[in-house]
Amino acid sequence: MMPTLNLWLIPILPLAGAAINGLFGKKASRTAVTIVALVFSGSSFLWAVTSVLRYLPSEEPYQEYLAHWIRAGSFYADFAFYLDHLSVVMVLVVTGVGFLIHIYSVGYMAEDPSYYRFFSYLNLFMFFMLTLVLANNYLLMFIGWEGVGLASYLLIGFWFTKDSAAAAGKKAFIVNRIGDFGFLIGLFLMIQHFGSLNFSPVFDQVRPLATETSGAGLLTAIGILLMVGACGKSAQIPLYVWLPDAMEGPTPVSALIHAATMVTAGVYMVSRSHPIFERAPQALTVVAVIGTLTALFAATIGITQTDIKKVLAYSTISQLGYMFMACGVGAFSAGIFHLMTHAFFKGLLFLGAGSVIHAVGGEQDMRKMGGLKSYIPWTTLTMGVATLAIAGIPPLAGFWSKDEILWKAYQTSWIYWLIGLITAFITSFYMFRLLFMTFAGEYRGAQVDDHGKLHAADGPDGHAHGEPHESPAVMLGPLMILALLSLFGGFVGYGNRFEHFLAPVFSSGDAAEAASRGTELLLMGLSVLVALGGAILAYVLYVSKPYLPQKIADGLGDFYAAVLNKYYIDEIYAAVFIKPLVDGSTRVLWQGVDRRVIDDTVNHAADGVRHVSDEVRQMQSGNLRSYAGWIAAGAAVVIAYMIWRGVAR
Amino acid sequence: MVPLSYYLVLSGILFACGVTGFLIKRNIITIFMSIELMLNGVNLSFVAFAAHWHILAGQVFVFFVMVVAAAEAAVGLAIIIAVYRSRETLNVDQVNLLKL
Repeated sequence: MMPTLNLWLIPILPLAGAAINGLFGKKASRTAVTIVALVFSGSSFLWAVTSVLRYLPSEEPYQEYLAHWIRAGSFYADFAFYLDHLSVVMVLVVTGVGFLIHIYSVGYMAEDPSYYRFFSYLNLFMFFMLTLVLANNYLLMFIGWEGVGLASYLLIGFWFTKDSAAAAGKKAFIVNRIGDFGFLIGLFLMIQHFGSLNFSPVFDQVRPLATETSGAGLLTAIGILLMVGACGKSAQIPLYVWLPDAMEGPTPVSALIHAATMVTAGVYMVSRSHPIFERAPQALTVVAVIGTLTALFAATIGITQTDIKKVLAYSTISQLGYMFMACGVGAFSAGIFHLMTHAFFKGLLFLGAGSVIHAVGGEQDMRKMGGLKSYIPWTTLTMGVATLAIAGIPPLAGFWSKDEILWKAYQTSWIYWLIGLITAFITSFYMFRLLFMTFAGEYRGAQVDDHGKLHAADGPDGHAHGEPHESPAVMLGPLMILALLSLFGGFVGYGNRFEHFLAPVFSSGDAAEAASRGTELLLMGLSVLVALGGAILAYVLYVSKPYLPQKIADGLGDFYAAVLNKYYIDEIYAAVFIKPLVDGSTRVLWQGVDRRVIDDTVNHAADGVRHVSDEVRQMQSGNLRSYAGWIAAGAAVVIAYMIWRGVAR
Repeated sequence: MVPLSYYLVLSGILFACGVTGFLIKRNIITIFMSIELMLNGVNLSFVAFAAHWHILAGQVFVFFVMVVAAAEAAVGLAIIIAVYRSRETLNVDQVNLLKL
């Protein structure tokens, strides 16, 4: 039995930070707010590291009971925490990357009037995310799941005076509700059939069940419903539409929530539920197909975007697709591996993009950047590292994890592998396109006007800009650390060490070595070639022959327009789902039911009462003699009645 | 001997006169007199029954009623005088405010 690790401290510390900053931050100085935010998130990270180090020799999951919450008959769900090798990875990524992004935000948000509010929300997000990954039952996980959704909503709409930001926050929240609906039904099915939502009892009951190869059954249903939830949170087809809009939030938020941590919650949840998925091949196929399609689909949109953050958003969706592809082919450890490396390089890319936006005074359109490498060398360097990492150039982090996924996918079906490879090519292309458009060539930004201000200054820091300038050290520090992690983070996967690390959780692995080592090396070489090809193509199109992209775009005509407009998915959703809902609500529910039935019932009842009252109130004139008259009349009626009764008898 | 019903009819007529006067008259003193008329209509029925059934309780009741009526008259007339002094009218329709 392990000594108690006091895991509860890990989520509670950021919650305390959120509470202190939220309640007292308005009157406190910025320094005080900074100290509270950093101390609480930092100590959470330190405590996580300490706990993990004390836990790690163990192979068994560690459970910690904090307080009891729901007890209803034989069903119970407690505030209890669960640590195994999977949550170890998640906790370290969340607290580590989260802490770095907190530091970065100190510089990025330095001039925002709602500084304390930002850090309060950010800490609150950390609390819910850690609850999500440390929960020992699905219900507590669901609390974290909804909580990160709330924090995401608050942070996307952080600049709520901007209509587009408020609308984006709402969109994210509403689209996530659809996914949560599926998740909840999955949980209800679990309660119905297993009588519990705690991981250990549920999985103990699932393990003896037979694999549902012949036909879809209970486990398939649960798996697909859980996947619906994961689609919402992790922005997969068909529920991915909220993530690109979520870029309205401050850039550190995009880095933390919409790249490194929250959006990977779906991958974590699916991996956590692996005993269910492993016994439901159809559900796994659904996961794999959704992931593969999303990876390709989002990557193609990424090619045409000109907003630097939108490119990264579609890239995130695409990379999440890779993770689901990995889960779908049963390679959960590869998915988690990619989750981790993705947190490093995508967090870095977003923070770098934030540094770029900071440098050019709030501009996000890459067509107005260019040539920034001489102005912001450190950002350029770190962004370059991240681009190499995501493109899959060895030996950077992304290469190891992406190659692992492609290798596992190949073992299941070459179709997944092929689409994954094409996606890798596109990924490399659009990332180098971003890099070249931003940093290479000549600066195309807005010129300084008479007052020494750039025109496009509605971004996070609207202060006066001269030339693009490098970010302060407090922002560059996290960039450096993440760049180091992106450089070397992949080596934990060298020689399948990462898979062995997660083996106590996923306990698979033996079937993995079916194909020969030669094939693996061949595929590895192919994916490297493809990545280089994408980079070279981007170089040709955006550096050496910059007139070509327009020609190609013109040549493709309508298809290009479709991709540029994100395949009109938003418009289709608006026409198919939103408009009928709005029309139905307006015509039937509002003007029909609400006005005709409910309002009219109430109004007519009120009118009737008023008419009767108008008549009856004549009695209450305030004139004493008329009251006496009524009394006399009443007495006369009573007497008449009694006489009538007497006669009748 | 006069039958009981005669007394009762007279009693009812007196009472009805009292009620009618109470309802239609505006002068406070007239209203006051109407109340006395109603009381005496009732008194008449009490004594008529007492005589008819040979039960003294009815006559005792009448004494009580007369005592109360006398007390009421003393208090009521005092109030009427006070009202007249403050408002210089005895028309009840103009005395509809408790406070000036």
